[in-house]
Amino acid sequence: MSNIVVLVKQVPDTNAKIVVSGDRVDLSAVKKVMSPYDEFAVETALKHREANGGEVTALTLGGAGADKVLKDAKAIGVDHIVRIDTEDEHDSNALQSALATVLTEIGAEVVYCGKSAADTGAGSTGPGIAERLGWASVSNVISVAFENGLTVVAPSEGGNARISVPLPAVVSCDKGDMKVRKPNVKGIMQAKKAKVEVKTVAMQGSTVSVVAHSMPPAKPAGKSYEGGAAAAEVARLLRDEANVI
Amino acid sequence: MTDTIVIAEIAKGTIHATTSELVTAAAAMGSAPIVIVPCTDASIADAAASIQGASKVIAAKSDAFAHYDAAGWASALDAIAPAGTILTAATPQSKDLAARLAARRNLSVVQDVVAINGNQLTSPVYSGKAMQTVALSGPAVVSVRANVFDAAPSGGASEVAVVDTTGNMATAVQEFMARASQRLDVAEANIIISGGRGMGSPDNFVHLEAIADTIGAAVGASRAAVDTWEGIPHSMQVGQTGKTVNPNLYIAVGISGAIQHLAGMRSSKYIVAINKDADAPIFQHADYGIVGTWEDALPVLQSTLSSMMA
Ligand SMILES: Cc1cc2nc3c(=O)[nH]c(=O)nc-3n(C[C@H](O)[C@H](O)[C@H](O)COP(=O)(O)OP(=O)(O)OC[C@H]3O[C@@H](n4cnc5c(N)ncnc54)[C@H](O)[C@@H]3O)c2cc1C
Ligand SMILES: Nc1ncnc2c1ncn2[C@@H]1O[C@H](COP(=O)(O)O)[C@@H](O)[C@H]1O
Repeated sequence: MSNIVVLVKQVPDTNAKIVVSGDRVDLSAVKKVMSPYDEFAVETALKHREANGGEVTALTLGGAGADKVLKDAKAIGVDHIVRIDTEDEHDSNALQSALATVLTEIGAEVVYCGKSAADTGAGSTGPGIAERLGWASVSNVISVAFENGLTVVAPSEGGNARISVPLPAVVSCDKGDMKVRKPNVKGIMQAKKAKVEVKTVAMQGSTVSVVAHSMPPAKPAGKSYEGGAAAAEVARLLRDEANVI
Repeated sequence: MTDTIVIAEIAKGTIHATTSELVTAAAAMGSAPIVIVPCTDASIADAAASIQGASKVIAAKSDAFAHYDAAGWASALDAIAPAGTILTAATPQSKDLAARLAARRNLSVVQDVVAINGNQLTSPVYSGKAMQTVALSGPAVVSVRANVFDAAPSGGASEVAVVDTTGNMATAVQEFMARASQRLDVAEANIIISGGRGMGSPDNFVHLEAIADTIGAAVGASRAAVDTWEGIPHSMQVGQTGKTVNPNLYIAVGISGAIQHLAGMRSSKYIVAINKDADAPIFQHADYGIVGTWEDALPVLQSTLSSMMA
């Protein structure tokens, strides 16, 4: 029986156009979804429950709007949904400290999260909370077997490594060859009724603060050629102009 | 003033060229860095001695560095690195290390930095659809993307201090499964040639592989290729739900350039697109665009590159 926690984050839909107005991104008109890799984390957490028994808690840190992703996780099959309530921007130190505090409160024994969030692209949260808790961690995991603690597969230079991971541990999940389950009608009904447990944590101050957002620098128009024969000229330019070959 | 520390990037048991770029990035933050080389054999650190602009080189010698384990590496490096801002490469492994090292020191981590202006750091966010600039008001751990900063020149002569250290390994590698081919993974390569649905069949990837082998590139793929064809594994996928890559050269063949594909490769230094549709969005991001079929273009590319490499 395991006390399993999965971290889920609400992010802008990855199809959405991102606009910067003034010097901040303006996400007011953008649809929000569960960060894509977190779907694999939820799936892995549910598989863990199926293999070993126990209960799965989905945990997020964010404002009330983020309840939506918790409900999505509930519809797919997690048992409990918990949100650490804060609307503010926090640096990784403050974010991870708050998550680690609540993970301890919950009594988590294993934590699954996404390999990186679609907004930050960072991949910092999993290893960061593991260090704070003094746990093992493996990132970018492409498959998990739930025996002898965990046995995971993750990329390693020149191939993949199969790694034994003692619990407690944090595993950040890549897609691998995983298929995620979809919510069924019963799940969706249960999610509607489910109550989000809201927690407040005293947040640490941040030493990294956002100064500005901007659009990526526009690329100067490239050179364009008609017909496959131009590949010879392009190869020459790659060597003589770009110096990349 | 506190120190700036560069953790050398190690690939195939030697110091990777990116390490010299990290020294330039450290200089942009205001100081000549100490370069720490994680190793099991201190002699590999000698190669860092010639990087100009390093204040000194520490060979951090430990059995812990034989296999990557986040907890083990972070504890072994933490025991040696002085206080200050730490820079690592932004490879998947080093980003993981950066996050763990930061947490160990109760610091924040800033990943994938592509520009530095004093204490202000810029990274792509929202899959590269916007840039974010942050200000540091104290030490932090910072990972820096490859191929953005110029490499610090060689010709220096730093002293190399060998320091033994130990790490608390939390995981154990049971088995290493080498890739069937010797070819690099997209996450490791400095040149990538990727195929999309426009390749028509997974069998046609042999043409991409032949070019890859000629110029030492990795072969990547779009999600449409990975999802459609069993022979193209997800490990090759570039993009939002695949790998984020930042090579010197990215060649996209039969790939339309959907926003989710761009998310994984738009920050490549040079982009070549080969696509029969002149309106394919990929062309808006290409430095060199060839409107034509791969059937026409790849044989020409292959033979030209072969003669150039000969
Ligand atoms: C949540 C989400 C995540 C996603 N993640 C990713 C991701 O990680 N990576 C990714 O790549 N996609 C991702 N996608 C999918 C993405 O939206 C596109 O569907 C996909 O990138 C299209 O792949 P493609 O360009 O190979 O195929 P297509 O869009 O079908 O394009 C094929 C191209 O080949 C050209 N072509 C055809 N024949 C030839 C020929 N003989 N010679 C030359 N050119 C030819 C065509 O003109 C066309 O431009 C994601 C989508 C979603 C919704
Ligand atoms: N605010 C948050 N609330 C819950 N989980 C989070 C939050 N931020 C990050 N995570 C988890 O950590 C993963 C990696 O995020 P990041 O480190 O930002 O790339 C995400 O995929 C989530 O699983």
